[in-house]
Amino acid sequence: MIDSLYIAWRYLASNKVRSATLLACVTLITAVPLVLELLLVESERQLLSRAQSTPLLLGARGSALDLVMNGLYFDDEVPERVSMATVNEVEDSGLAQAIPIYARFQARRFPIVGTTLDYFDFRGLDIAQGRQLALLGEAVIGAEVADRLGITAGDSLLSSPETVFDLAGVYPLKMRVVGVLERAHTPDDLAVFVDVKTAWVVQGLVHGHQDLAQAKDPAVVIDRTDTNVIANARLVEYTEITAENVDSFHFHGNPEQYPLSGVIVVPNDNKSGTILRGRYLEGERPYQLVVPETVIDGLLANIFRIKNVLDAVILVVGIATVLALTLVFALSVRLRQREIQTVFRLGGSRLTIARLLGAEIAITVAASAVLCSVVLLTVHQYTGELVRAIFIK
Amino acid sequence: MIRIDSVDFTYPAAEFRLRIPAFQVAPGEKVAVIGPSGSGKTTLLNLVAGILVPQQGRVECSDVEVSALSDRQRRDFRISTIGFVFQDFGLLDYLDVLDNILHPYRITGALRLTDEIKMRAADLARRMGIGDKLRQRIDHLSQGEKQRVAICRALLPSPKVVLADEATGNLDPHNKGHILELLFGSVTDHDATLLAVTHDHELLPHFDRVVNFGDFRSAA
Repeated sequence: MIDSLYIAWRYLASNKVRSATLLACVTLITAVPLVLELLLVESERQLLSRAQSTPLLLGARGSALDLVMNGLYFDDEVPERVSMATVNEVEDSGLAQAIPIYARFQARRFPIVGTTLDYFDFRGLDIAQGRQLALLGEAVIGAEVADRLGITAGDSLLSSPETVFDLAGVYPLKMRVVGVLERAHTPDDLAVFVDVKTAWVVQGLVHGHQDLAQAKDPAVVIDRTDTNVIANARLVEYTEITAENVDSFHFHGNPEQYPLSGVIVVPNDNKSGTILRGRYLEGERPYQLVVPETVIDGLLANIFRIKNVLDAVILVVGIATVLALTLVFALSVRLRQREIQTVFRLGGSRLTIARLLGAEIAITVAASAVLCSVVLLTVHQYTGELVRAIFIK
Repeated sequence: MIRIDSVDFTYPAAEFRLRIPAFQVAPGEKVAVIGPSGSGKTTLLNLVAGILVPQQGRVECSDVEVSALSDRQRRDFRISTIGFVFQDFGLLDYLDVLDNILHPYRITGALRLTDEIKMRAADLARRMGIGDKLRQRIDHLSQGEKQRVAICRALLPSPKVVLADEATGNLDPHNKGHILELLFGSVTDHDATLLAVTHDHELLPHFDRVVNFGDFRSAA
């Protein structure tokens, strides 16, 4: 058999293009469904585990899927906003704990998630390095963010402006990274966490600037009354919150009306959850209280319906490929009649020919299996990222 | 010893009939077979080798009645007894010179491929003047070089009977003499019998006996 394998190997090595084409066909037709299966299983695991660990999610009426994808996976498709008042409303009911989520902005392509310290307890996120959020302008980053950006506690991170060309827009905020979270293998690894007030600073709703009460420069102060000072664009707005300027940061308007993208609601018990869901079922309320698991189940049902169609397509393509390969092989055997005759004349039998052809098939299949394994291992290595990139983001 | 008695052979799809009333080659004898194209010279070699089986008559080679053997027995006989230099060489383009010489050892369990055999193959190739081309692919060789590879492959197992179908047909006069000398030397060394088909009348004096084969063919 070793000799058959050797001769088969020499033949395959000699016909490189034909062998490579065969190898590619067999590898693709094997690897594609397996990779798809791997990704879908992982996406199901990731989506479901996150959804199952989040009892309820409160947000504005509209797409429940957008709400869940933003509130749980920090997707950049931001749903309609709800106000901070909804958090207080849930807390005041005494039925549940409410954790605000404001995931709208980004820092170097990673989502900035404005929340409270309760979020870290709720998700069981521990600090691997540095410390927890304490002051305005501080950030705690996920393990993957730290790895990819090569930053650690003590470094700083700039928020990304929503539009580069909006000169009147909000300036990027330089945030101090005070901690790095332990790896959780969830979307939390890919997020930049800040206090919800810091998120509002990023948006420009809370801001700090030079003290106008002391400012004498006529180029800055346009008008001054006993109750009001009007400044022009030369006023220095702070783009970094420091110990020296933190006192100058202030709210404009009513903080109760400041925006959130969602609120994680953790009921005290099942009964409390049911009561809350009943309250938010009323049609005139501008909010919806969804069970993330139900929403994700619906999403997965759609994904798997599509997968069934894909499976059928892959099966048909697979059968067609196998038939084409069989034809190629049959034609190849016909073209090699002279060689086959030589083997017979030298004393070989039909079994010898079958062994030689079998060895060629075996080498091709084995090489495809190796290639397929490499592809699968590579995909497996990056399944989390791929799933987030393909199915979640 | 090769002995053919009252052989009648017809190709199923061709108007060709070969009748050989009696033909004999003594052990160790070197016989040249001449005759016009299509007279059945190659068919004779194939009958002796057991590649073809006559419809009637008896073919005996090295005390074995080849025509009475089963397919498998004829294959075993061919491997153990015959060294065949084919007219079309029967070499595989995708193998190099050494692998082609060793090819029979790789396709049959009856011949055992050892390091000693590999060394003998290399030595034989060197004596045939292709020792520096052992790792060259067949399609990079000249016709003459291919013929030498085919001769090496036939001689390597030290067969009792060597059948050569135009074994020097593609060689220049100088190399022709040299290769023929090697072929004869190897046959003599192993006390083998040589039955060679040739069109080259210059070579005939080297053989013990010459048989004109044109007389055996008749219309089907």
